[in-house]
Amino acid sequence: MDPYKRLQLARKNGRPSGRFYIENILTDFVELHGDRRYADDPAIMAGVGLLSGHPVTVIAHEKGGDIRDKAHRNFGSANPEGYRKALRQMKLAEKFGRPVLCIVDTAGAFAGMGAEERGQGQAIAENLMEMMTLKVPVVSVFVGEGGSGGALALAVADEVWMLENAVYSVISPEGCASILWKDASKVKEACSCLKMTAEDLLEMGVIEKVIPETQPETLCETLKAQLDMAFSALSAMTPEERCEKRYARFRRLGVFGE
Amino acid sequence: MLNKMNFKKNRNQLEGYSPSLEETSPSVPDALFNKCPECGRVTLSAELSESLLVCPKCGCHIRIPARKRLLALCDEDSFEEWDASVYSKDPLDFPGYAVKLKSSRLKSRETSAVITGRGKIAGMDCALFAMEGQFMMGSMGSAVGEKVTRVFERALEQRLPVIGFTVSGGARMQEGILSLMQMAKTSGAVKRHSDAGLLYVTVLTNPTTGGVTASFAMEGDIILAEPGALVGFAGPRVIEQTMRQKLPKGFQSAEFLMEKGFLDGVVPRTEMKEKLTTILRLHKGGSSYGSV
Ligand SMILES: [Zn+2]
Repeated sequence: MDPYKRLQLARKNGRPSGRFYIENILTDFVELHGDRRYADDPAIMAGVGLLSGHPVTVIAHEKGGDIRDKAHRNFGSANPEGYRKALRQMKLAEKFGRPVLCIVDTAGAFAGMGAEERGQGQAIAENLMEMMTLKVPVVSVFVGEGGSGGALALAVADEVWMLENAVYSVISPEGCASILWKDASKVKEACSCLKMTAEDLLEMGVIEKVIPETQPETLCETLKAQLDMAFSALSAMTPEERCEKRYARFRRLGVFGE
Repeated sequence: MLNKMNFKKNRNQLEGYSPSLEETSPSVPDALFNKCPECGRVTLSAELSESLLVCPKCGCHIRIPARKRLLALCDEDSFEEWDASVYSKDPLDFPGYAVKLKSSRLKSRETSAVITGRGKIAGMDCALFAMEGQFMMGSMGSAVGEKVTRVFERALEQRLPVIGFTVSGGARMQEGILSLMQMAKTSGAVKRHSDAGLLYVTVLTNPTTGGVTASFAMEGDIILAEPGALVGFAGPRVIEQTMRQKLPKGFQSAEFLMEKGFLDGVVPRTEMKEKLTTILRLHKGGSSYGSV
């Protein structure tokens, strides 16, 4: 399928976002709120639940359901407090020794005045650093859009998976088109250039797994089973081994000459 | 070469300015005078070079080549460059990238958008990196990510503090997702260096934005910035589009970030060496009281 079609699917109104997966993969979910510094950011949902009976921390972008909910959640574009809320949950996971599941679905970190004032760059940077040495297993699943640093701030993980029609890119194709061709309507071309589909990223070794998109119920069952397996396997390693492997995972990424 | 007097209004970019401390290719003409992009004052290039490209009239910090900065900062003959041979490739066959890389190499006379190495500052050893704004706006692709990562890995091995100067438009779109991955890669290396109890000081210069702000620029133990430097995650134009309003004057300036608590100091370029020397001295080997 052409990359532009995938982008449209990834952004499609009504496509399940974070909350749907939390509700359908976990049981006994307790939502936890706030960053303890400034506010609670509804663009990111977080808490603890059971995955096949095991407690896990879950951190998810949520774009919102109806238009009111979408506005409330800022369409899944988090402010710095969202990333700090996520980090707070990761630290709790580390304290209580439970794995972290991140569900990514965002067009990107919010580019607002308040976000800048409160250190959007600093908040993301801190997550990147802290996630790299987080002592518990981390798996990130991209379920829709994966926009740049705002997505990466929940994706410094032991394994990164993408749903078949999810996308992950350093810049929105619109942004790319307007910089490259001074023409934001050349989104189609930009989509192909950026290599942003799950297929492309698997080929580049940026992700571990592409999850086929079946009916939502079966998809959640598949995810649940695969996550359960992944967390079991990751838990068999020591924290040092996991961190070493996580570092190596990102260390090898990049193409350059010498 | 008087005819090459340059009156470009381009902010922070004096074309034709020739760094005196580096090898210059004969094809690039030297300008005898330079005009300040802020106040218009015309200064002898030699004099401007002496003041590290800070306008003697208005104090505007004109963009300085990375190599000149490092050579001016380090004790004489102490700078030893690392990984000078690392260069960018075009892994995605991205439209126009190969040509852009070529012209950037010619324009900046560097092989990548960052120079790394080790040197001495007032006799103290440290690892260093400085980004080069003339090389695709200091954007971070795989080559920059690799070089910065190696600085921290090597500094960890050699137990050196790291001092880094940033100037960047962000991640390098032309390398797609691989450029985004450099944010994680560099951050991981910074974290390891940090966990070993070693010092990292960043100096943010105009402009530092996007993926570099959201990774190693903001990860210093101590973060300084040059006066007037624009520092942010999103660029001003993007924010204006999002907010549908003009940004107030000085928004995202170094002084603004200082006020909001994201910087340890705004330090003029001419005082930077002194400030860094003091900071390095204060962090030399643990507590003098013994183990605390
Ligand atoms: Zn001036």
